[in-house]
Amino acid sequence: MATTRKGRPVGVAELDASPKELLGFYRDMLLIRRFEERAGQMYGMGLIGGFCHLYIGQEAVVVGMQAALKEGDTVVTSYRDHGHMLACGMDPKGVMSELTGRRTGYSHGKGGSMHMFSREKNFFGGHGIVGAQVPIGTGLAFAHRYRDNGLISATYLGDGAINQGQVYESFNMAALWKLPVVYVIENNRYGMGTSIDRASARTDLFHRGMAYGIPGEQVDGMNVLAVHEAGLAAAEHARSGQGPLILEMLTYRYRGHSMSDPAKYRTRDEVDRMRTEHDPIEQARQRLLEGGTDEAMLKDIEAEVRRRVAEAAQFAQDSPEPAPDELWTDVLVDA
Amino acid sequence: MATEVLMPALSPTMTEGKIARWLKSEGDAVHSGDVLAEIETDKATMEVEAVDEGVLAKIVIPEGTDHVAVNTPIAVITGNGEDVGADAASIAPANGRQQPTTADTPRARAPQPVAPETPRASRRAAAEEAEYTGVTRTITVREALRDAIAEEMRRDERVFLIGEEVAEYQGAYKVSQGLLQEFGTRRVVDTPITEQGFAGLGVGAGFAGLRPIVEFMTFNFAMQAIDQIINSASKTHYMSGGQMSCPIVFRGPNGIAARVAAQHSQCYASWYAHCPGLKVVAPFTGADHKGLLKSAIRDPNPVVFLEHELVYGESFAVPEDPEFLVPIGKARIARPGEQVTITAFSRMVKLALQAAEELESAGISAEVIDLRTLRPFDAATIAASVQKTNRIVAVEEGWPFAGIGAEIAALMFEECFDWLDAPVKRVTGKDVPLPYAANLERLAVPQVEDIVAAAREVCYR
Repeated sequence: MATTRKGRPVGVAELDASPKELLGFYRDMLLIRRFEERAGQMYGMGLIGGFCHLYIGQEAVVVGMQAALKEGDTVVTSYRDHGHMLACGMDPKGVMSELTGRRTGYSHGKGGSMHMFSREKNFFGGHGIVGAQVPIGTGLAFAHRYRDNGLISATYLGDGAINQGQVYESFNMAALWKLPVVYVIENNRYGMGTSIDRASARTDLFHRGMAYGIPGEQVDGMNVLAVHEAGLAAAEHARSGQGPLILEMLTYRYRGHSMSDPAKYRTRDEVDRMRTEHDPIEQARQRLLEGGTDEAMLKDIEAEVRRRVAEAAQFAQDSPEPAPDELWTDVLVDA
Repeated sequence: MATEVLMPALSPTMTEGKIARWLKSEGDAVHSGDVLAEIETDKATMEVEAVDEGVLAKIVIPEGTDHVAVNTPIAVITGNGEDVGADAASIAPANGRQQPTTADTPRARAPQPVAPETPRASRRAAAEEAEYTGVTRTITVREALRDAIAEEMRRDERVFLIGEEVAEYQGAYKVSQGLLQEFGTRRVVDTPITEQGFAGLGVGAGFAGLRPIVEFMTFNFAMQAIDQIINSASKTHYMSGGQMSCPIVFRGPNGIAARVAAQHSQCYASWYAHCPGLKVVAPFTGADHKGLLKSAIRDPNPVVFLEHELVYGESFAVPEDPEFLVPIGKARIARPGEQVTITAFSRMVKLALQAAEELESAGISAEVIDLRTLRPFDAATIAASVQKTNRIVAVEEGWPFAGIGAEIAALMFEECFDWLDAPVKRVTGKDVPLPYAANLERLAVPQVEDIVAAAREVCYR
């Protein structure tokens, strides 16, 4: 039932992507990387408060996956969500100014890093409780099926959430009712500071739907083309009425769980090895250059991305804080 | 051009730290994302990454240095001649002194907005409730609830009912009788026994614009799902700056049942009423069950609708008009009186009315207020009554500590201090898990005689 594409060596995979498509992935991944680096820096400067979970290292997962979705498909994830928002097409300015707690942020400064949403882009959060987004994503799929609208729900969760009971409650209902949902497990190998083998009795997470008959697949989540290909097949599966599917993306976060991370639970060598040997952006870049893309074009993309991030950062610092009376708004919808 | 690398903060409270070691040397080329140094505090370690490309021209603070203040320049990176954007200068200011001033940082200053008057209580009267003069039919509360659901499902295709045993079994307490037959399995959905899962699924469907009615077999089991009710349903509209509302009803029997002991007998009214972002309703009469449930289903907010197993079988004259609605947020004078106010909700209204009868024969005129809605709380109706009677007894099935009666006592201090002729008296469930034995159970739950005694006490009679 479960198939695996684990261990497909980088650079050997015969994965199809037009240079134009790969260039787009490269741009999107780079935007997330540069955005997150800037967010980390602004956190260090005291401009961003609270919890701030960076997505650096995992960019290929959301970029490859989102490119496999259709207009109208819904997305929900946990609190490591900045990359998802950018990949959904949300404005970096609105995301960054939410991080700085300003009125121009997506939540008017009332949600922060972990709680942002966009009705327009069908991004349903940004949820701060580990695993709680999984029933919610299953409910989005329930609504798609209720309306018979041909859309699917992409529900992201981390390896840290995979042992939460509500995840299995959701798997069961999704399989029982054949809901159009793809569960994307971003296995970055650490739930906060606990490595997966210290938290999970079985560490191959794509099997976790087996008890419910949910097929699962393990994917090289550092390779955007592998993610994209798996995402296309999974989306088709869910869309065609065959019910849910699990994709386990093997990925890695370079930075700490949040900004204050003791960095004592893994070795620097491990982080460096992932960075130098498996970096998703560098892989895409090499493939583009091998395919004959002009290096100058990549530099132009880099400059353009930097400009957008710089604009977002500036906007996020220049924007005013919410007006004091915003304290009392949006508690309830006016009936 | 040169960019100074500043000492970062690991947390909002960090003011200084130690440069544990440098991972790059002067003269090394650096790229975005390269780790330059490790810094430490007593709590954590963090890496300082390069944000810009260039050459590490100078290490200003050598490794091993402790007590380095946040935002102190620790190194200088010079551009390598290509696209060192102007952005670098604007974000990591070249002079290193342009650190965000405390006056500008969001957390440094907490402007104290002027709070609306008593935000905890509804100061604005809910939409006026027109007196119903149409056709009524005498039916049970259970049937009134079923009719409300059926009428709203006919009216709005987005409304569906989901929960344990709601479809084929026809409802564990027979509230959903006949709904499966009329609306089919798409809209009347039996779930596995997974409260957290199906409550969260309902929340997701609500975010997506459907109108879920989530039935809990009893609210005792909703404790499995309370994270989804509070954290997901009630907070998201606020956290999304008003983008993401969740029109959902969580309903089922609340409070005690007969002889089922502690895990199946508990009043959750004050738990939910505590939380902004929710509406909480706990009616007593058949008309209120029907009219308030219909309002709850039409409401764009999450509504916790507390029913009562021992009230399902009570019969009342209930309006037939499918547009009959009772506004959420408005208490009802169940019995007018002059000398003492008795507040109650759900099943306790019945006991309060019986107590008022007995008090009448003892020559005490009691005004009984059926609170009906607990959030938003109709403070105005209670205050107006006490300003007339000058005495109040607050009755509830739940425990005393931080209960609805405690909230009413606070309201009396705030709004009726000068009118009170006696201390506020609470009649509550006893502060113990509910026992099974018939005699002990009776002792633990408010009885009519307890209410009568409390009313006499505040009347000094």
